[in-house]
Parts: sequence; C-alpha cells; structure tokens
Amino acid sequence: MTQFSLNGHTTSVDAPPMTRLIDVLREQLRLTGTKEGCGEGECGACTVLIDGLPVNACMIPVVQAEGTQILTVEGLAEDERLHPIQTAFINYGAAQCGICTPGFVVAAKALLDAQPNPSRTEVREALAGNLCRCTGYQKIIDAVVEALGGQP
Amino acid sequence: MNPVGIDIPRADGPSKVRGDAQYVDDIRPAGCLYGATVRSPIAHGKLLGIQKDPDFDWSDITVVTCLDIPAQNVVLLMTEDQPALADGVVRHVEEPVALVAASSPARARAAVAHIKVLVEALPAVLDPLTAQNNPIQIFGTDNVFKQISIHKGDKTDDGVIVEGTYTVGHQEQLYIEPQGMIAVPRADDGLTLIGSMQCPFYIVKAIAPMLGHGRINVIQATTGGGFGGKEEYPSMLAAHCALLSIKTGAPVKMIYQRDEDLRATTKRHPSVIKIRSVVSPQGELLQWDAEIIMDGGAYNTLTPVVLSRALLHLCGPYRCPRQHLEGVAVATHTPPNGAFRGFGAPQAMYAVERHMDAIARTIGMDPVAFRRLNLIRDGDTTPTGQALVDTGAHLVLDVALKAAEAEVKTPAIHPGGGVGRYARGRGVALVFHGCGFTGNGEARIKGKVAVELQDRCVQILTASTDIGQGVDTTFPQIAAAALGIGVSRVSNAPHDTAMVPDSGPTVASPTCMVVGGVLRTAALKLKAALQAETGLDTDDFDTLLDARTHTMALRVMAEYQDDGSMDWDDATYSGDAYPCYGWACSVVDLDVDLDTGEVLYRRYVSATDVGKAINPVIVEGQLEGGAIQGLGYATCEEVVLDDQGRMINDRLTNYIIPTTLDAPEMITRIIEIPYSGGPFGAKGIGEIPMDGPAPAVASAIEAAVGVVLNRLPMTPERVLSALEIKERS
Repeated sequence: MTQFSLNGHTTSVDAPPMTRLIDVLREQLRLTGTKEGCGEGECGACTVLIDGLPVNACMIPVVQAEGTQILTVEGLAEDERLHPIQTAFINYGAAQCGICTPGFVVAAKALLDAQPNPSRTEVREALAGNLCRCTGYQKIIDAVVEALGGQP
Repeated sequence: MNPVGIDIPRADGPSKVRGDAQYVDDIRPAGCLYGATVRSPIAHGKLLGIQKDPDFDWSDITVVTCLDIPAQNVVLLMTEDQPALADGVVRHVEEPVALVAASSPARARAAVAHIKVLVEALPAVLDPLTAQNNPIQIFGTDNVFKQISIHKGDKTDDGVIVEGTYTVGHQEQLYIEPQGMIAVPRADDGLTLIGSMQCPFYIVKAIAPMLGHGRINVIQATTGGGFGGKEEYPSMLAAHCALLSIKTGAPVKMIYQRDEDLRATTKRHPSVIKIRSVVSPQGELLQWDAEIIMDGGAYNTLTPVVLSRALLHLCGPYRCPRQHLEGVAVATHTPPNGAFRGFGAPQAMYAVERHMDAIARTIGMDPVAFRRLNLIRDGDTTPTGQALVDTGAHLVLDVALKAAEAEVKTPAIHPGGGVGRYARGRGVALVFHGCGFTGNGEARIKGKVAVELQDRCVQILTASTDIGQGVDTTFPQIAAAALGIGVSRVSNAPHDTAMVPDSGPTVASPTCMVVGGVLRTAALKLKAALQAETGLDTDDFDTLLDARTHTMALRVMAEYQDDGSMDWDDATYSGDAYPCYGWACSVVDLDVDLDTGEVLYRRYVSATDVGKAINPVIVEGQLEGGAIQGLGYATCEEVVLDDQGRMINDRLTNYIIPTTLDAPEMITRIIEIPYSGGPFGAKGIGEIPMDGPAPAVASAIEAAVGVVLNRLPMTPERVLSALEIKERS
C-alpha cells in the first residue's frame, strides 16, 4: 500500500511500486484531469504538484509518492469556486483544445506559490516544461501574469 | 447586446480548466478491451503472413488480420486504395498488418511485440523526384495521384530572369492529445464509435464499406487538437477498433502512444518547388512560372486536394500578366501524408515569398518595396482568371509594418542580442489564403444545420466539431445574434452522427464562414417559423415565445444554398477558385547565434484580414497558435526518415516544437474586410496564420547574416553550415 495526501485527502492505493503515478491517478483513482501526451516527461500535460513542486506524473513511480502531498488539477478549485488561475485561463482564451490546460494551470499554481509577482520572463521559464500546440503561448502567459496580479 | 464581435468566454472553458472535459482516453466503457497495432517493418514488400511467438500466452489475446474483415478491405476517402489492414503487400513502413485486443494496454502492446510480420522485401521508391513513371508501381500506372496545370497569358523572356528551387520537409501536426478511438457494440449489431476527431461523418462513410452495413454512429469526444491530423486518420483507428470490437464482442479502445502516432500518422506533404520569373528592370513581374512536386506517400488520402490548394497559392498575392503553374503529386513507399493546417498553401507561400526575396536581391530592390509594387489589387486576376475584389494585401502590409515600429523588447531569456555572437534581422512576408473549399466544393457538400427550440433555449445541431478553435462558442454567438437573444441561451449539441445533420467536414477553415452562414439562415428560419406559428410579425424572440400556446420543441433545418456567384471549371482549373481570400502580413524580428546557428525569436507581428472577428480573443488565439506552428516549421520541426521511410525522431525529445522559451512575444492585429457571403462578414481564418512565418523567418535570417536558405526547416545545423560556406567563400 502506498499512502499520500491527494488534493487534501489521505489516500491509499494498492499498486506495484513502479506503477506510474499517472496510471494510479487516472486508472485507479479515476482522476482523469491529469493528461498523458507523451509518456516521457516532455509535454507536461501530466503535471501535478508533489509537495508543491511541479513534476510529470508519467515519470514518477507511485512508490516515490509515499508520504507526500499531491495536488492535481481536480484539487485547484474550491467547491464551485475556480482558482484565479483557472478564471484567468478562461477570460484570456488561454485554453483552446484544453488537453494541455490542466498541466499548465497546475504548473502556474506552483509558480504562484513560490513567486507572487513574476515577470513575463519568469512565467515563460516556469512554464517551459509544458507544451501547447494551440495558443502560441501568448494568451497563457497573459493569463498567468494576470492571475498573479501583474500587468499582462 | 449583439454577441457578435464580443469576447464571449469559451463555452468549454470551465470544463477544460477544471480537468472535467472528457477526452477519449478519459472514457472507459464497462468491459472495455484495449487494442494495439502490428505494423510493417519495411517500406515495400510481399506480405507472407504473421507469426505468433509460441512461447507467449495468447489465451486472453484476440488477433485480427485482413481475413477478419467482414466486407471490403478499404478505409474509404477520395479513392478506394487504402486498405484497413495490409493484404499480400505492404506499401509503407508502419502500415497496419494486424490488430490485437487485450485486457490492458500493456498486455496488448506485449502481444504486438510477440508477433512477427513475415515479409519479403521488394525494392522501394522513397524519393518523390524519381517516383513518377517509375517501373515500380505504387499507385495507378504512373504513381501520380494528381497532376494540374494552370496557365494565364503567353510567355516572354524579355526581362531579368530569376530562378530558384525551394524545398520543404514533412511537418507533424503534433496535437498534444494522441489519436484515440473507442468502438462500442450496439444492440442492433451495429457500432458506436467515440473518439478524437474533426469529421464524424468521414468515419461513417470511411468504414461502412468495410463493415458492409451502415449501422454506425460516430460521436466526437472532446478533442485535444487536430490541425488536420484528425481529419482523415481517425477513420483508420475507427476501422481497427471496429474490427476488434466485432471479433471480441466487447468495447475496444485504442490510444496511440506518441512514438507510434509520430511514425504512423499523416504529415504535411514534403515538396520541391521551382520558380522561374521574368521581371522588368523596374521590378514589375512580367512572368511567373512555378512547378511543385509533392510527395503524397503510399496512399491517396487527400493529396489531390492538397496539391490543388498548393497550386492555387503558388502565385502569391501578386499581380502578373503571365502565370504558368504546374503541379504533380506522386506516390512513394512512405507513410501517407495528409491534411495539415494550410493544406498545401504553406509550402507554396514559403517558396513564393522566398522567390520574391530572390528577385528583390537580384535587381537590387528593397524586398518590401518590391512586394508593394507588385501586390495584387482590386480587378486584378489570379492565375485561374478570377477577378479579385476587396483585396487587402496593401492594408495588411501597412498595418503590420506600422505595428512593427513599436520598440522590440528582447525577452531577457535571449542573451546579448544584436552584438557579439548574435546578429539581428527582420523579415517580412505577405500572404493570401483562399477561404473555404475550392471551386464548387461547398455547393457539392451542401452542408446542413439544424436548430432546435427547447423550452426557451436553442440548441444548434451540426457536425462542425470544436477541436479547440472555439466553434462551441462562436456558433452560439452567431445564432444568438440572428435571434436577438443572449448567447447563454444557445449551445451546440454534442456531435453524434445519429443526432446531427451532416454540415460538412471541419476542415479548410470554412466552419465559421460557411457553416456559420447556414446556421444564421437556420436561426432566421426558426424565428420565421415562430412568427408563422404565433401569427405575430415581431422580431422579438421572447415575445414570440410568450405567444406560443405550448412548449413543444421546434426544429428547423437549413442547407447551404449555392448563390451561383462562383464560376469554376474543375476540368480546366479556371474561374473562381475560392469564394473569398484572406490576407496577412508577418514581420518577424530575430537574432541568429553565430556560434550555434540557432535562431532566437524576438518578436512576431502579424496583421491578418479575418473578414469579421465573431469573437476577437478566439480569433487572436487562432492567429497566434498558427503563427507558432509556422515558426516551428521554419526552424525546428524536422521529420527524419531512415532508409525504410520510418520517422526515426519519433519522440518529443527529438521532434522539437516550440516551447514558451522559443516562442516570441506577439503583436496580433486583426483587420476586417468583410466577405458578403459570410455570417456578419466572417472569413475562414484557421489556416492563414500558418502561411507567413516560415518565409518571414528565412528573410530575417538573410537580413541578419547574409545567407540565403531555401530549405525548411532552417535548423541550427543548416544555418551554421550556410554561415561556414559563406565564410569560406
């Protein structure tokens, strides 16, 4: 059994230790907001936070999650109230096809927690591990800067 | 408030930012099995069969070959040449040979690894330049999918002659969500197919001949990007899932892994383009001869249409009295190429704009001044003889150059630009893009749209899928504007072919312009029906609803009406090629790293005529997203094939698309030259942003370091090599 905190709830899973975290989340726990785009840590669609740091859930064996705090996209909104990053993504048109969006908003959350007032360059650096093929990134960066209270 | 022209937040925004939206891999029917594909290891060969490893446990594995196909072995598109599973011969590497189904994806992949494809290799044709009339036959008797000639005016050699050859490689669509499909058996012995796709009705038509019946309905799941890559290829997955589902009697899901997706699915057509032009010493274009050879791969797919669009754009947005265009699309033993945003035009526009730079260089004219002198104006004719109205080439050029006057703030991530090891340059490209289908395409397709009044809300029923381009938001805006109600009362119905009429495929950017127009008609018909029902002649929708004596649903349908304004002859390739054109100008600022050959984008400015921006934020998103694909096409996206035509850089670690650190800041200017046939003046805008970036980047590199690159992509290796050659000479 592996035990961790998932979106604030203590969670135990029975999975072979080398099972990828993304498979535990998606297949066992049916949290399908975390997406798989490449399976090799390049696209960032499976970004989740472990103890506040963004990681690719396709690269993490579940055994490494033992005792950690995991945040997935499903844990961002509080009840019906969207997180400001999520609201900004909607308002700025930062989500198009949406498959990369969960990874981006989770990665942006990590940035928000670590750096309350980042520059556009810092936003670009923080999101460099997430690929988007729809937006050209302009609207995503605008949204994140706006959500963090800066000027886009 | 009229909702057209307003930034209505996306209808699908909340579900996407929450992670609730259901993509195909998020859907798991009870008892679902998982499929995987056994593929050809070689480019061309006699298929002798498959051999199952006797030491593997096959007890829970189902295997399907072409012998299991109920009716015709074909995935039908324009022609019947492409089989669902190879039979007797393999014509490209990675061609599907057999299928397996198992209780988990990992188990299915393990089974695939224990199946050997028995093939006897035959000589393969991999080079498109030797394909035509090659004694090794791939398609027909001459390996030609399509050949087109367009001629306007006579010939002259009286002037300065400039010749050039321009080469472009494959490009992968690289939707972030890989291809995926689920087949679910129906109670009536039919199948429901649920998947990631652009064109649900394509799949119905593609696999009915294989099944031998039409008891199929196709449902689009939330789709994680398409860009053309999910136009025709999903039919192949649908065929495969269907075969496995029929044999197992269970639902079967297939999700491609990224490497498989890269190796096996369609790409942008590689092309070689030669242009020979004659100009007056003052810089007027006198003659423009261009030819394109396009590599279609092993099967026809949509290649003839791609060639057609390439050829129709191979003159650029320029006036010229003599234009002679020749195009041929050939077959090779490589995975079939297919639809990709721009559909032939990016290849053509790249060559045209490179050649315009070459002419300017030869006659010593400023490249922008040279373009301005020759750009096409109202009343000028295209190579097919179409007289243009409401041209916008001059306007987008002016607006883009004006916007580019703003100071370029180099991102801090780019070190020391313009000095030392960095050389700085600016490039400009001017493009046009024919909107919608070629010639009489719309009249042939006759797209249908239904709208249904349900209580006090309106549902839109179309086959126009939202693949991220925002049609679930813009269609309600169009209908709401036509009905005079709030956009929150209008929504798109799910795209299930059992429920919606065939509005035509979601391709070639006509969704908003053409289907949106039919939708507007349907909405107006709904209002008229309510007026007839209530006997009131008011335009106020709520007054009409209040006057109804019942609340029964009311559905009306509209169909695309050919207004007779298009005069096109497909046999001679003459007349009105497109109902209207969009215009765009790209201005790119960049630094070239002289030590590494790497191109660092500083800023990308574009001005694009969109007719009417139904939703400006969504339009900007299309323009910026298309631009980044074009910038990737320019410098980093390269498909490398081995001696069997197999893509060897089949991962995101070595097929490189731009990240946040590669993408420049963008200035995006929207120009609105309305198209009278589009809803509220809207034109198709999905593809035009793909056309300008690559030639603008080539031009900027030339301005920065004085090397002329006529091959895409302009990778650091190619830039460096050109710099070394320049230094030596």
